[in-house]
Amino acid sequence: MSIDKQLERNGVVIAKLDDLLNWARLSSMWPMSFGIACCAIEMMGAMAATYDLDRFGVFPRPSPRQSDVMIIAGTVTFKMADRIRRLYEQMPDPKYVISMGSCANCGGPYWQHGYHVVKGVDRIIPVDIYVQGCPPRPEALIGAFLELQKKIAGEHILADKLQPSRA
Amino acid sequence: MDDPVQLTEFGKILLIGVMGVLLVLFTLLLGKIVSPKKPTPEKLTTYECGEEATGSSWISFNSRFYVIALVFLLFDVELIFVFPWATVFGQAELIAADSRWGWFTLAEMAIFIGILVVGLVYVWKKGDLEWVKPQVALPRVNVNIPKSAYDKLNQERYRIRAFKPETAPQETKKPDTGGAETKKPAFKPLFRKPGGTPS
Repeated sequence: MSIDKQLERNGVVIAKLDDLLNWARLSSMWPMSFGIACCAIEMMGAMAATYDLDRFGVFPRPSPRQSDVMIIAGTVTFKMADRIRRLYEQMPDPKYVISMGSCANCGGPYWQHGYHVVKGVDRIIPVDIYVQGCPPRPEALIGAFLELQKKIAGEHILADKLQPSRA
Repeated sequence: MDDPVQLTEFGKILLIGVMGVLLVLFTLLLGKIVSPKKPTPEKLTTYECGEEATGSSWISFNSRFYVIALVFLLFDVELIFVFPWATVFGQAELIAADSRWGWFTLAEMAIFIGILVVGLVYVWKKGDLEWVKPQVALPRVNVNIPKSAYDKLNQERYRIRAFKPETAPQETKKPDTGGAETKKPAFKPLFRKPGGTPS
């Protein structure tokens, strides 16, 4: 967004405050430590020493109350879908979802004959970033977080809150 | 110390405490101002690892836990008193100054612990420390199979063949049929050339 448009929309103070807020949020995206299937192994790999997601401020939290991001790492079965939706609902706003791996994206290898698999987690919760791969490499998950950072950087929570008519 | 500007050591601790409280309050306030609030009935439910919370968490406990907790607390506090007693009253200079000092403190502590031990004996005697053990009831079923049938089955023994290091089984030499009759693979992959006619 150009500076002229920002001025036109919000005024520079709110825009700068929003930038500050966005910077704070995108620098500390806390995912919920929640792995469903084999993609979770790659997620753990991404969080461990070699790939070290902590340098992006990505730090798994044990409770949805403290987390910003939910990584759907694995096959979403119908049994789990209920829980996933409830956990997503229990996260505080603003919240984001990364769908990691083919299973979470579209059902993956179970897309045709998997009687027990939800054909894509986006059928139950809104997904922000999709990561392709079966399972995706840790680099791909890091890429997803970088994409999510771009998305967060473009948001303006404060402006929407203070001037809801313009949102 | 008399300088009013100078902070005492306790004053520094107080300052750290006040600053800690203020910083936490400031962060909480900032979060309150900035964070979006979109409560939904589902969001306000209890977090139970994604499960739906059912029933009440106010369940009744066995009242025996109360007695056990009390007895535990008693001896927990006793231990807290024993430590300063050991360090303060057991100082070598004090004992050296008056030989009766050591015996006096020992008697003091013996009385203190003695009173508590009387309480423990009382609790023990009353049977409050005895836990209710589950009574094991062996299930009994009337079966018309005679016991001798089971005995016979139990007495059956399997013969164990004596170990004998056997020589490797001799490979029976197949009659050489030559390369003409080699077995064909059961599955023959079919490769189609791009643009070729489908067969």
